[in-house]
Amino acid sequence: MNKLSTNTMPSARGILAQRPDLALIADWIKTDTKVLDLGCGDGLLLQYLQTTKNVSGYGVEIDDCHIAPCLRNGINVIQGNLDQGLAEFDDNSFDYVVLSLTLQAMHNPAPLLDEMLRVGNAGIVTFPNFGHWRIRYSLGVHGILPVTPSLPHQWYNTPNIRLCTLGDFAELCRQRNISVQQRQTMDHNHIDSVMTRLFPSLFGEIALYRFTRYISQSI
Amino acid sequence: MPTHYPENSVGLIVPSTAHFADPLQLSCGEVLPTFDLIYETYGTLNPDASNAILICHALSGDHHAAGFHSAEDKKPGWWDTMIGPGKPLDTKQFFIVSCNNIGGCAGSTGPTAINPGSGKCYGPDFPIVTVQDWVSSQSRLADLLGIHRWLAIVGGSLGGMQALQWTIDFPDRVAHALIIAAAPKLTAQNIAFNEVARQAIRTDPDYHDGWYSEHNTLPARGLRLARMLGHITYLSDDIMAQKFGRDLRQGKVNFDFSVDFQVESYLRYQADSFVGRFDANTYLLMTKSLDYFDPAANHNGNLTLAVAAATASFLVISFSSDWRFAAGRSREIVKALHDNHLNVSYANITSSNGHDAFLMQNPQYFGIVQAYMDQAASRA
Repeated sequence: MNKLSTNTMPSARGILAQRPDLALIADWIKTDTKVLDLGCGDGLLLQYLQTTKNVSGYGVEIDDCHIAPCLRNGINVIQGNLDQGLAEFDDNSFDYVVLSLTLQAMHNPAPLLDEMLRVGNAGIVTFPNFGHWRIRYSLGVHGILPVTPSLPHQWYNTPNIRLCTLGDFAELCRQRNISVQQRQTMDHNHIDSVMTRLFPSLFGEIALYRFTRYISQSI
Repeated sequence: MPTHYPENSVGLIVPSTAHFADPLQLSCGEVLPTFDLIYETYGTLNPDASNAILICHALSGDHHAAGFHSAEDKKPGWWDTMIGPGKPLDTKQFFIVSCNNIGGCAGSTGPTAINPGSGKCYGPDFPIVTVQDWVSSQSRLADLLGIHRWLAIVGGSLGGMQALQWTIDFPDRVAHALIIAAAPKLTAQNIAFNEVARQAIRTDPDYHDGWYSEHNTLPARGLRLARMLGHITYLSDDIMAQKFGRDLRQGKVNFDFSVDFQVESYLRYQADSFVGRFDANTYLLMTKSLDYFDPAANHNGNLTLAVAAATASFLVISFSSDWRFAAGRSREIVKALHDNHLNVSYANITSSNGHDAFLMQNPQYFGIVQAYMDQAASRA
C-alpha cells in the first residue's frame, strides 16, 4: 500500500520517502489545518504537511541534535520536555496533535493523551506494538526480552519504557473516555500487508491510532 | 603597522555618525531636538535592500559589535564571534548594522553629549529613554540607510527586548526577530539588582548628583560596585566554581581585606576595566530602560495581546544556566507568539556560562542561529 501517491505532489513526495509511517499520518490530516507534532524529530512531517497541505503548526522536540535540522527544514520547533506537559499551549489551539513513536518513551503517557485532547481536537499516536508475534515468541519460547527491528535496544538501555500492545492501548483509551476514530498497523518495513490487516495485534509492528475526546460520526 | 586580521573577521572597521535634525519624541514626554547615532556596518547591502540585519546591544554594549578599530586593538567588537565571514551572521551574505543607542556613551547622543539648550553636557539632565525610544531612533537610521524592512533584528538580553519591541511597533519593517537571553519584562528580583547598582553610583560622594564631570571627577567607586554586582548576575554558580572555585591568589589566606580569592581578583579586574570606558549616568539610564520595559503593560499585563500586531517570524533562545533571564522568561515570549499563531522557534541551549552565554561561542547555539539565518535568507 502506498497512500502517499494518491494526494501528493511529486516534489513533496521525497520528503517522506524514507518514512512511510509519517506518510500514513499525513494522509489522515486534512488540508488547511493546524498541527502540533510532539517529538517531531527533524520536522519532516510538518515540512511535508506545510509543503503539500497548507498546514501550519509547531513541532516540539527535546533533543538538541534535532533543533537545527528542524530550522533547516523550515518548520517551527519549540524545544521542550513532553513529560512536563503542554501547559504552554492553550485549549483547542490545534486541529491535530501528533505523537509519533514517542508514547513508549514517556514517563507519564496517560496524562499526555489527555493533554493532547485538551490542546487539539484530534490526537494521532503511533507506537511499537509489544504484542507482535516476534516479541511474544522471544519472551514465550526463549524467555528473554526481545530485540526487534522496531525495538532495537537492550532492556537495560532502552528509552522505550512504556511498551504496550494494541489491547493495552485500547483499554487505556476506554478508561480515559477517548474515542478511537481510526486504527492501522504496519510491519517494520511500514507495509500494511494482508497479515497485518487480518491479525493486527500479532503482525502489526507499528500501530497508528487517531482519536478524539467524544464518540463522533466518522470511523 | 600590521594589517592582518583573522580570515573570518570583518577586519578594520571605521564607525560612521548619522545626525538627525528632526526632533525625537520620547516616552517620558520630553523631546530630543536633534540626536546623533554612531554606527558600524559589516558586509554589503544588496540592490533591493533585502539582506539587512540590525544588531541591538545590551546594557553595556555599543556600536562596535565586530572587527577592529585599529591594528593595535587587543580585542575585537563585542559580538565578533557571531558576526563575520562564514560566521552565523555571515557578512558574505548579509549587510549588518550596529548602532550605539541614544543615552549611550560611545558616541551617540547621551549624557556625555552637549545639550543644545544649555551648551553644557547633558549629564543627569539627559531624559530617561526607553526601549521604545531606541526602536524609534533606530527606525530613523533604517530610513537613512534605505532599509525599509530588516531581514532580521538580532539582540541578546536588553538587545532582545529591542528586537521584540520592533516587531510590535513596526510589524511591516521586520521579517525575522532573534530574541536571545531576554525576558518580556523584569522581575522584582531583576529590578532589585538594578536598584542596588544605581544606589552604589548615586551614593558615591563623587557622583555630585550626576554633575561629576563639572567637578572633574568620576563616581568610580559606585560604578565599580555596580559592575561587580552585574558580573555576579551574568555568571552562574557552576561557572564561577569552574573558573575560580575557592582558588587563592597567593596560595594562602592573608587575614586582611586584600584579595584572597581569585573570584575577588576577577571582580576587581572587571570593575577597573569598566570605569575607564563607561559613563555612570549612562549606566543609570540603561538600568531604568530595563526596568521600564514591559510591552504587556498597555494590555492589562497580557503579553499575547501585546504582540498581536507582530507579523515577523521569531527565533527565541535561552541558556540553561541563565538565572538573570531564565529559560522560563523566554518561554513566556514563545507562548505569547504561538498564541498568535506566529512563526516561532525556541531553543534552550545547555551552557554553564549563565547570562553571559549569549556572547560566547557554543556549537549548538551558533548552529541554530546559522540554520535559522540560512533559512531566512533562502526565503527572502
